[in-house]
Amino acid sequence: MTPRRKRLLVVLGILGGVAASVTLAVMASRQNIMFYYDPTQIAAGQAPKHKRFRVGGMVVKGSVARKPGDLTVRFVLTDFAHEIPVQYSGVLPDLFREGQGIIAHGSLGPDGAFVADEVLAKHDEKYMPPEVAASLKAKGGGSVPAQPAAAPAPQPPRTPSG
Amino acid sequence: MWTWFYKLASPPAVFRTAGRLAPWFLGAAALAIAYGTVDGLAFAPPDYQQGDAFRIVYVHAPSAWLSLFAYVSMALAGGIALVWRIKVGHAVAAAAAPIGASFTVLALVTGSLWGRPMWGTYWAWDPRLTSELILLFLYAGVMSLRGAFEEAARGDRAAALLAVVGVVNVPIIHYSVQWWNSLHQGATVAKIGKPAMAPSMLWPLLAMLLGFMLFYGGVLCMRLRGEVLSRERQAAWVRELMQARSER
Repeated sequence: MTPRRKRLLVVLGILGGVAASVTLAVMASRQNIMFYYDPTQIAAGQAPKHKRFRVGGMVVKGSVARKPGDLTVRFVLTDFAHEIPVQYSGVLPDLFREGQGIIAHGSLGPDGAFVADEVLAKHDEKYMPPEVAASLKAKGGGSVPAQPAAAPAPQPPRTPSG
Repeated sequence: MWTWFYKLASPPAVFRTAGRLAPWFLGAAALAIAYGTVDGLAFAPPDYQQGDAFRIVYVHAPSAWLSLFAYVSMALAGGIALVWRIKVGHAVAAAAAPIGASFTVLALVTGSLWGRPMWGTYWAWDPRLTSELILLFLYAGVMSLRGAFEEAARGDRAAALLAVVGVVNVPIIHYSVQWWNSLHQGATVAKIGKPAMAPSMLWPLLAMLLGFMLFYGGVLCMRLRGEVLSRERQAAWVRELMQARSER
């Protein structure tokens, strides 16, 4: 074995060993590290009971309700299998809308509702001009979440009057 | 069989070639970045969800891509230097590290500025963001390890080994948005099938990406020249070069 080949094997061996252990760590962490839980996992009782955690899901259309004269807002999150009501008091990000994916940080209240102290909005990987989004929506394309599509600037969530 | 390779990798040849290539890289980079900036900022339509704020993608995505590209090229150069004992490889790796680290900082800062209005936070301990931060620490580790030894050659080898081992972080960064629940959205351009971006927005992004890569190539050539000169400062060819310069 030439010294060059030996060095190659040593380097590849170290890289392979580190890669294998990191792969195992990543596979284990996929079960244990969650940036957020979805409503189905919470319904199944997998979310921590007395600890803070995050819940992620879509804001159910027509579920956003504001208390008049207050920053408190209530809405329902869904992963299309289960739903969870969320209560939050504070400033919402620009992208918070009905039908939008969001992540709320907080804990479960005694009544089963999620009390959030931070709400983050997720956006998807799609980028398109408003006209394209509008025409996709008109065609009933399922790929675009229902939005106030014609608005070039992000709109604040609309408060249902009811 | 490898003699041509070793000849090409000899320090004077690398010094000359890098000097010849750098202006071409930088000139082409200026063209691509100028087109991408004008088209991306002035002519591309606003996004249907994010409005004009999405335009930060034209800096954020190319710098994030380059932070990975520079890392892989640095590790590759270090690995070649380690196995084949080609000294210029260490010079390439040493020249690449600060550029890659700068792109990483740029990606983290622009992402943070983007995250505040869109997500609602400057920072979250999200898998993508955390693994990119680890990349910055890896760059810092590689750079400081190189200088941490009395004997320069030993520092080179230690830095190269850390760079090679750190490569495992690259797929983690790329796939972090798929493997874990993440605040960061999935891949737009680098995915199987069609890019999830309207063509009128995609062209300036691809131009910026090309421009950033060319810029990296150009700056790498220039830094490599400095690195080779300082490493070979005792060599006869450097002395001759300096004499020829001063007589002119």
